[in-house]
Amino acid sequence: MATVEIRGIKKYYGDVPAVNGVDLITREGEFLVLLGPSGCGKTTLLRMIAGLETPSEGELVIGGEVVNDLPPRARKIAMVFQSYALYPHMTVFKNIAFPLKAQRVERAAIPQKVEWAASLFGIGHLLQRKPRQLSGGERQRVALARALVREPAVFLLDEPLSNLDAQLRASARDELQQFQRRIGTTTIYVTHDQVEAMGLGDRIAVMKAGTVRQIGTPQEIYDEPADAFVARFVGSPPMNLVECRDYILGFRPEHFLPKGTHNGDIKAATFRFRVTRVEYLGADRLLYGTLGDALADQKVIARLPSTVTVRMDPATTYDFTVEERQLKFFALSTELRIQRRPL
Amino acid sequence: MDSSAQIKPAAANPVRAQRRAGSIFDREGWLGPLLIGPAILYIVLLVGIPFFMALYYSVSNTTAGSETMAFVGLRNFANVIGTPKFQTALKNTFTFALLSQVVILIFSNALALALQKDFRGKRLIRFLILLPWVAPISIGTIAWLWIFDSTYSVLNWTLRMIGAIQGQGFMWLGVPHLAMGSIIAVHVWRQLPLATVILLAGLSSIPKDIHDAAAVDGAGFWRHFFQLTLPLILPISLVVLLFGLVFTFTDMIIIYNLTRGGPYDTTQVLASLAFYTGIAGGDLAEGAAISLFLFPLLLAVALGFLRIARRTEVT
Repeated sequence: MATVEIRGIKKYYGDVPAVNGVDLITREGEFLVLLGPSGCGKTTLLRMIAGLETPSEGELVIGGEVVNDLPPRARKIAMVFQSYALYPHMTVFKNIAFPLKAQRVERAAIPQKVEWAASLFGIGHLLQRKPRQLSGGERQRVALARALVREPAVFLLDEPLSNLDAQLRASARDELQQFQRRIGTTTIYVTHDQVEAMGLGDRIAVMKAGTVRQIGTPQEIYDEPADAFVARFVGSPPMNLVECRDYILGFRPEHFLPKGTHNGDIKAATFRFRVTRVEYLGADRLLYGTLGDALADQKVIARLPSTVTVRMDPATTYDFTVEERQLKFFALSTELRIQRRPL
Repeated sequence: MDSSAQIKPAAANPVRAQRRAGSIFDREGWLGPLLIGPAILYIVLLVGIPFFMALYYSVSNTTAGSETMAFVGLRNFANVIGTPKFQTALKNTFTFALLSQVVILIFSNALALALQKDFRGKRLIRFLILLPWVAPISIGTIAWLWIFDSTYSVLNWTLRMIGAIQGQGFMWLGVPHLAMGSIIAVHVWRQLPLATVILLAGLSSIPKDIHDAAAVDGAGFWRHFFQLTLPLILPISLVVLLFGLVFTFTDMIIIYNLTRGGPYDTTQVLASLAFYTGIAGGDLAEGAAISLFLFPLLLAVALGFLRIARRTEVT
């Protein structure tokens, strides 16, 4: 068990910064998710922790030891790659045994350890198969078993679910989390999928353009975004961001409801909302439209749960309200979160 | 519905016109034979006919200049196989082919691994390594002839300068074992570029993630090479070996230019012996018999290698 400390890490490719000054400390046994759009530097950061890339600046500490100059094998980490990177010419057994042999684990102890790791992921019956004879989900489990078998201090996962179909991904997510809770190894997980991040992470670090914009629990990230980027990136559909005078006003689509839906005694702000399109999604309805009055023509989305049964028609204007404590304010220039303003 | 009905007739016309214009190229039944035709013609005229003529010559009593030809069965083979000259050439052929392929495989693997790394001037080095392959082989071997010359050898000169030898130096092409070593060296020089380029292609087809995974899993250089890289490029290495072997068994340019089979037939191989017997000596029938002697063996080697390569294929 160990923690990972990232101190002022930078990585340049030529003059282009891929990671531009990241400070981050994981907690013992934590599931930390690095979340961000493509090209934000999250995979580069993970590869630097693994020792597959050398930082241009900064310090990496794993388990209290500065590891900048250590090769990957000396860092007590294990990594699962997006492609799984199974060794195609080896059987599942040999794939899982490979890190043990490389670390010169006693020969007699290897079969037992391989079977233990395989049984954890329910792939004991596949040990004699070659990777090409496995399904996507089975390959992913083999990759996890291979990473787990030498009991690393830190687990690094690079989008390990992105090659699975949607249904499999949901169940794999569930298994992955249960498995991490059980072994309690510090885990750093890279993804661009915010649903995955919200579902898996104890904490999420949201990255953009090589920097960390916010670190917090899924709830903190969702409810109290530190800037407009985080507000826009997390949540589907994203937070409505509306420019008013010198600031940006933000509210979640699910808090933007027809007048009268809220209890009468709650303080709420009222907006004129002209609906242009209605999307019926079963569990809820999405209303696309524009605001009226002073905020004329700014596009927003409302998300009505199926419990709200009021009839809504396109090309009609309604009064919508947002509870005042659900309104977020961001500076127009920096996009950073600011104090509450009068509307 | 309405809009699609309107669009259809308008769009159909140009399509039909296009199909008329490119009709031959659109019909697979025509295009296929058309494209493969020249290649087949080439093989039939320049490989097929001479091959079958050689087959027939080998069981006839024809000689250069004779106007009659009679079937004599396997007499040519029987005559040839018993001679010491043939047996020496057969032994030399195997020594030459096997030794040079072993050296080529080791060198080309090392070279390909080195060239895969990123360093300054990599493209220039790659180009230089390919040069022996693109340079005309006769010119290359004539340069080697001077390098190995008994009086002016630059090798001897270098050895003398660094004080390794005194006096006249080695007769590179005049002493049996040295002569065999010399022609193997030139053959390696010649085949190494192609083998390296093919192996490089094989190496770069291994996904980077596999190498990264091995690094994280803790594999050192040798384990990485022998347990991952080598097995993964084994199929393509076999292809390199197959081409190399067939090529070496059937080629005589280097020997013809450097030693003419000498000294005392110690570098005579079947291909050169066939040439000297059949073309220079005029005994077409025996020459054909010698040159065809290894054909069944080469065919078996080729089929065997292709089978192994298919079985070890990894995806």
